Amino acid sequence: MSDPTRPGGSPPEPPRSRGPGRGPASEVVASFLVNGEAVRALVPATRTLLEFLRDELGLTGTKHGCDLGDCGACTVLVDGVPRLACLTLVAELEGAAVTTVEGLAADGRLSPIQDALDRHGAAQCGYCTPGIAVNLTALLAEEPHPDDAAIREVLGSNICRCTGYTRILDAAREVAGGGQ
Amino acid sequence: MSGAGHRGGGVTDFSTYLGPEDTLAGRPAEGGIVGRSGLASGTGKVDGPPKVTGAAVYTADLRLPRMAHAKLLRSPHAHARILAIDAAEALAMPGVLAVLTGADLPGRHGPIPVARDETALAVDKVRYRGEPVACVAAVDEATAREALARVRVDYEPLPAVFTLDEALDPGSPAIHEHLARKAARTGRSPNVLRRVHQSFGDPDAGFAEADLVMEESYFYPGSTHVPLEPHAALAAPEPGGRLRVWTSTQNPHSVHRTIAAVLGLDPAAVRLTKPEVGGGYGGKCDTFVTELCASALALRLGRPVRLALEREEVFYAHRGRHPTRMRVKMGLKADGRITALELEALANGGAYASYGVVTAYYLGVFGTLPYRLDHYRFTATRVYTNLPPCGPKRGHGAIQPRFAIELHLDRMAHALGLDPAEVRLRNAVEPNTVTVNGLRVTSVGLRECVERVVEASGYRDKRGRLGPGRGVGLAASAYMSGALHPTYANEGPHSMVQVKVDRSGRVTILSGTADIGQGSNHMLATVVAERLGIEPADCTVVEADTDLTPVDLGSYSSRVTFMAGNAALQAAERVRKRLVSAVSAELGCDPADLVLRGRRVFVRDEPDRGVDWRRAIALAEAEAGALGAMGSYRPPRIGNRFRRQSVGPSPAYSFTAQVAEVSVDLETGEVRVEHVWCAHDLGRVLHPEIAAGQIEGCVYMGVGEALLEEQAYRDGLLRAPSLLEYRVPTVHETPAIHPILVESHDPEGPFGAKEVGEGPQLGTVPAIAAAIHDATGAWLTAPPYTPDKVLAALRRRGVR
Ligand code: FES
Ligand code: FES
Repeated sequence: MSDPTRPGGSPPEPPRSRGPGRGPASEVVASFLVNGEAVRALVPATRTLLEFLRDELGLTGTKHGCDLGDCGACTVLVDGVPRLACLTLVAELEGAAVTTVEGLAADGRLSPIQDALDRHGAAQCGYCTPGIAVNLTALLAEEPHPDDAAIREVLGSNICRCTGYTRILDAAREVAGGGQ
Repeated sequence: MSGAGHRGGGVTDFSTYLGPEDTLAGRPAEGGIVGRSGLASGTGKVDGPPKVTGAAVYTADLRLPRMAHAKLLRSPHAHARILAIDAAEALAMPGVLAVLTGADLPGRHGPIPVARDETALAVDKVRYRGEPVACVAAVDEATAREALARVRVDYEPLPAVFTLDEALDPGSPAIHEHLARKAARTGRSPNVLRRVHQSFGDPDAGFAEADLVMEESYFYPGSTHVPLEPHAALAAPEPGGRLRVWTSTQNPHSVHRTIAAVLGLDPAAVRLTKPEVGGGYGGKCDTFVTELCASALALRLGRPVRLALEREEVFYAHRGRHPTRMRVKMGLKADGRITALELEALANGGAYASYGVVTAYYLGVFGTLPYRLDHYRFTATRVYTNLPPCGPKRGHGAIQPRFAIELHLDRMAHALGLDPAEVRLRNAVEPNTVTVNGLRVTSVGLRECVERVVEASGYRDKRGRLGPGRGVGLAASAYMSGALHPTYANEGPHSMVQVKVDRSGRVTILSGTADIGQGSNHMLATVVAERLGIEPADCTVVEADTDLTPVDLGSYSSRVTFMAGNAALQAAERVRKRLVSAVSAELGCDPADLVLRGRRVFVRDEPDRGVDWRRAIALAEAEAGALGAMGSYRPPRIGNRFRRQSVGPSPAYSFTAQVAEVSVDLETGEVRVEHVWCAHDLGRVLHPEIAAGQIEGCVYMGVGEALLEEQAYRDGLLRAPSLLEYRVPTVHETPAIHPILVESHDPEGPFGAKEVGEGPQLGTVPAIAAAIHDATGAWLTAPPYTPDKVLAALRRRGVR
């Protein structure tokens, strides 16, 4: 149940601090890679990766859809594994390698899944697309020829409100099938 | 040059229109009409690559130096008087820059001029739980959020109104005071926004003619859009006293006007830009608190201010589907012909009008399509309650009655032992007719839709034969391609497009349209490129920036392809004429013999005799100067027998038929939609992937409304204000969707095209309901079909 009396209609629990404005903010230092570049972060202990990427690195391709782990729009890779950036703290990332949607295309060329999503018209409004491209990239890296069930399993964590998933599935199947 | 009998938009000549033999259907592997110009053509959208790389910029991605952040304090009461607001403690916090309350922005606004009942922040009274009461700006979001807790508001709670019956009670407390005065005079409820009653033909005589008359009640629940991008606005003062606003909106023109009106600014002093929008579906048609408060704060503080909603707040912003109680009475001859229809619809609209006056009309007006009716009457009432406001959601106002009418027709066909598909065919409206309520109908592809969807789905073989727990159902529908009348009275065109040609060969298309993911940018590039014999990839589309782009009324009522497409076509045609004139002078040939294709201008029967695209541009510039043109579209002035029928008529209607196949778990009541085949008459396919994608998106949204989604409240408190609780279909609940593109070549559409973005949703829920009946024998009259409801129905039938 919601309680709109709460400021900003934000969720009741846990009371997540988003920055130095609340209480004695303890700061943390973390060194990690983002899309291959070394980053040294000095941030409040509560800073999420989503906030850090968007507000401090200017990598706004990773989207904010809910900030609660419900939509998948913020999916990034941490050491190759899909993670929800809105539920990941910068403090956890010491030594990690983070890949965002901006890191998928190499040398100005779309990655195979990006190219397939584009050609199939799988991006309507495009807001879900970065998270989906990242999530499918991880699947295809682990299993180059996933079957339909595996593709669906992975896509189950991304909400798309525009497409009915049809063209996203088509794009994933094409790449999974080796591009026939 | 083959004219195609085209009359719309002042366009008369189609040198590259190959005519009806060009039918593209199903899901062809190649691009639509583009690609016929002879170039290798990718099928991706012109704005596709930025969306797959993360480079596409949405409003909340924008950052400006010294940008401040705003947050909203919302009402805990459904209905209460605001006695006092004390923001002193919040203002004293370090980092807090300003606090706005209703008194700072008292101007009433609303998208429909006759019902402007909303303010940016509540003034004197709150009317729903979650209504914005104050807005705090601070140096960062965390500080603004904390400061909200230190804004003290004293309320005096008032009795609240939540249900239709409460709202219709003459004794109910008035939600809007100005209506209380009127109600006191008339003795009616003070909470009726609009009641529309219309009668055509002689319904009683129609019922008397019928072999079977049935009357039943239906209920269609409220639901909300859930765009994945929460609403956001950024405003910044500009030198010279101007204001810039970036916002996630479907209707830039309307928001531009509203911001100026509420803030008391000259609209010329406001520049509004729509960045990429992460989904709308009707939910971003209104002007929101985000736009008004960010603008007011930016001007007050002299620095940029961003106000981005959190996910939960998107549920309060709402403007979703009206929960609607309906009664349908229909007469049928033994052969299935409809003799008369009567509809009563009561819609619970929430605390403010939004587009609700239009909703009231839409609930009734479209009852006369897609079937021929000689006798029809309806009463549609839209009431106020103390709930977040409803508004336009995909298929606005037409979804609910179409659900009831289609399911009702299915029941009657069943009662008469008739094939439901045959009943639809028998009643299908004919092309070039006028409905009994005065809607002018031109192109109609309904028969082909029914036939093809029946064929593709195997409907006739499957119906009644899939065994217990499995079934198929069919529904048909029609929808508008834009409204004949604008939302505010003005004589101007509904859409204007500028095409300018650079010496490099690049073509820039400037249009006030709002691409919200439906593909209107690619549509514009397609239409212009097709006319000029180039590729969409040769075009840059600049959209929705009031300093740069000519007015388009917005992405609502499925109007953009039809209206902006025609405006673009006219502009491109004017450019083409310039090119043809200059090139024919150079070649010494008849202008009528020239063809534009494959980035060349050449003589039709002598393809080697011609010039390339850049040379053609150079010749046109040399002949008569700068190369560019404006085009515009205004709907035809269709004489109407019914003067009161100003809401509903459209220049063209799309038609749809769909079949759903479901399985129902008879133990648990769980419904799975396995397949939906959806055949949609969109006039002409401009881009098969985009068109099919719109059909898929419509069916998807219908499946959500059929199985899962309901914007429900308890004492005015949202039950499911998160994506975890308000369940939208994931890939696991989404059926295999099979779009079928049907072309009827509308005489006035751009290249014959009509709408495809909303109409395909109308029949999805009734098709699923009919399929559930086929699977279980139960007629379920109130979606969503959650397991508890299905089990209860099965128990009633003794299946369980
Ligand atoms: S923003 Fe992280 S899951 Fe929605
Ligand atoms: S394309 Fe809009 S949410 Fe997926």
